[in-house]
Amino acid sequence: MNVWPVFQKKASGEIARKRLKLLLLSDKTDYPPEILEKMKDDMIRVISKYMEIEADGIEIQVLGLTPVPSPRKGPVLRASIPLCSSPKPFCVRQRMHHQT
Amino acid sequence: MSQVIVITSGKGGVGKTTTSANVGTGLAILGKRVVLIDTDIGLRNLDVVMGLENRIVYNLVDVVEGNCRMKQALIRDKRYPNLYLLPSAQTRDKSAVTPEQMRKLADDLREEFDYIILDCPAGIEQGFYNAIAGADRALVVTTPEVSAIRDADRIIGLLEAAEMRDIDLVVNRIRMDMVRRGDMMSIDDVIDILAVNVIGAVPDDESIVISTNQGEPSVGMGSLSGQAYMNICRRVLGENIPLMELDSPKSFFARLSSFLKQA
Repeated sequence: MNVWPVFQKKASGEIARKRLKLLLLSDKTDYPPEILEKMKDDMIRVISKYMEIEADGIEIQVLGLTPVPSPRKGPVLRASIPLCSSPKPFCVRQRMHHQT
Repeated sequence: MSQVIVITSGKGGVGKTTTSANVGTGLAILGKRVVLIDTDIGLRNLDVVMGLENRIVYNLVDVVEGNCRMKQALIRDKRYPNLYLLPSAQTRDKSAVTPEQMRKLADDLREEFDYIILDCPAGIEQGFYNAIAGADRALVVTTPEVSAIRDADRIIGLLEAAEMRDIDLVVNRIRMDMVRRGDMMSIDDVIDILAVNVIGAVPDDESIVISTNQGEPSVGMGSLSGQAYMNICRRVLGENIPLMELDSPKSFFARLSSFLKQA
């Protein structure tokens, strides 16, 4: 089925408005990697005060354009921080390090 | 109390120089003492738009480097009361002056003038930082296009980072016929997206091309764009003037011709 004519009917001003909104969103969520790395280090420091985490497994991203299952429409910071499932030597080391 | 206003945009070709010329001239018509400064070193154009290109002896870089006194470099526009132009240098580049020197230059002019209008070069490099250094206030010019508005957003961010207190937007080259049929973003769309105060909307108008050809700013003349620029000047002075209906004062002949086209 050809859906193209449906899109062609749309006024171009509306297309421009939508493209611009997405563009500004992605411009604003385009954080330099060194900032994200710094933030990651800070997060590890804070969270490992309270929980045992696998520091190597942390992933953080700023999502502006990617469709995410999120109740709000604006950009989101998504962090995936794996907790230690078993007392691995690494996790113990982290905790020991914090206690000292 | 004098005010230094920078006219900037980020993107080239959206009408910074035209806006500088018209706002400067309009303020002079309204009785203010105005000096226009072309800060686009290496690509000067404000002198041409003002029709003063044949009267240049010294330029901005000469003043900064001390080759001449300020009075020698200022060109008086004989058509308007109290309007002067400080032209840019054509054979130098942006690195010929520093932001500090520009700040001093603007401050030196505060004694003599009510409004010091700086025409900023396109881009976000040193020329931009030179131009905004001494400014109290910025008018950001954009057109209702995706690329121009994106650049305006970036420029507004940079101005805020440089602690510019007063930032207003000029939406240039609006075509109401296209807005009406949905093929151009409206002023409300632009306000909604940029979240900044719009100080004026200027219709796309043949008279701008004609007045640029002639080296005569169109502000205060009969055309819609001339009226729009005059309204911007009055708002700069603090008057509260609503945005004008850009399509209402359609003349009888315009109505007739559009009627005949439809028929």
